[in-house]
Amino acid sequence: MERLPPRGLRRLAYEIGWSLRGFFGTFGAGQLFLLRIIADLPYALARPGLVIRQVYVTGVQSLVVIMLAGLFVGMVLALQAYLTLSRFGAEDTIGMVAALGLVRELGPVVTALLFAGRAGTALSSEIGLMRATDQLSGMEMMAVDPIKRVVAPRFLGGVIAVPILTVIFSAMGIFGAWLEAVIILGVDEGAFWSQMQAQVDLREDVMSGIIKSFFFGIAASLLAVFEGYNCVPTAEGVGRATTRAVVHTSLTVLVLNFMLTAWLLGGN
Amino acid sequence: MQQTRAVELGTGLFVFMGILALFFLTTRVSTFDAYSGDGGYELKARFDQIGTLKVRAPVSISGVQIGRVTAIEFDTARLEAVVTMRIASRYGGIPNDSDASILTSGILGGQYIGLQPGGSEEPFRDGDEIMFTQSAVVLEQLISKYLFGQGSRGE
Repeated sequence: MERLPPRGLRRLAYEIGWSLRGFFGTFGAGQLFLLRIIADLPYALARPGLVIRQVYVTGVQSLVVIMLAGLFVGMVLALQAYLTLSRFGAEDTIGMVAALGLVRELGPVVTALLFAGRAGTALSSEIGLMRATDQLSGMEMMAVDPIKRVVAPRFLGGVIAVPILTVIFSAMGIFGAWLEAVIILGVDEGAFWSQMQAQVDLREDVMSGIIKSFFFGIAASLLAVFEGYNCVPTAEGVGRATTRAVVHTSLTVLVLNFMLTAWLLGGN
Repeated sequence: MQQTRAVELGTGLFVFMGILALFFLTTRVSTFDAYSGDGGYELKARFDQIGTLKVRAPVSISGVQIGRVTAIEFDTARLEAVVTMRIASRYGGIPNDSDASILTSGILGGQYIGLQPGGSEEPFRDGDEIMFTQSAVVLEQLISKYLFGQGSRGE
């Protein structure tokens, strides 16, 4: 360890430089890790049993959380839209407002955030524990590449699960909006569906949401396995890696969401 | 073995639910835009003033939507706005002397193009230009015309 510069501006510059170096170093390591995983994806596809198990672990076990969250997000969206729109006598457009909000934004983003909390943490702590208990080193000793055997199937499982979860979330949300608007608040059912169908476009709204969720799936799965794989192999290190995975995923998803929205919808 | 079956069953149900939800989103929630793409035929119309008409605004006849605005350009030679619209092919027999006007839906609604059928025997063909057009009404011009009109009458 070299000697730190004394206090003052030089020390400040040193600290800033050091943390910038850490940031870009981690960023670059993440990209390289993604390339390694992509290179090993054919191996994961050749053993679909491993991938199916991961889709089950990440997808099916997040299903109840996603469906409940979707239902209540849809219901509150309809309620809030009703409170504002009924002032202008425009409560017929609730279906459209709720559907556009869910399909374009809330579906992909909230699903990715919940996925990071429910499945991403499980992934990174599982891989981190494998690292801490030397299981990954054990695999290397037996000439089994842990990226092929452990990381790639988990990554692929997450990438497959997130878009499916997003679609289920949006559908549940629209069901929740229907429940709140039509059954509880008494909005006309025909107007609810016809306004929605007239304004929601398959290509621009539904497909752009699914494209977004695909990128979010890549980001969430990559960060979870990356943090787990590179954790400090102690009990504390695993805990830190799990926390970092959630925080980084949440921030990445929100930043990525803006960029993807500007790219997909920003043209006009 | 038993556990593997449970995993496969759960995953199968999960993916099936996803497909079901996607089906719901595509059929019940959204519509495929039938007016864009290659189907149908194109018409052009020239206006002095298009107001706030936008690309993708509806084109309708008797209140039924038959197409969409696909492009809006300004012709620097004739100093007019040129609006290109695409009409779905199933609305083929519209008389070629029909006129187009830019109308507003509701008080705050967006602007759209309304066609009034004419009496000609010949229908519009792909690439035709609508000869009779009526420009959008701009609220400020209407108000100022009314105000100045009042003023000059008083003298």
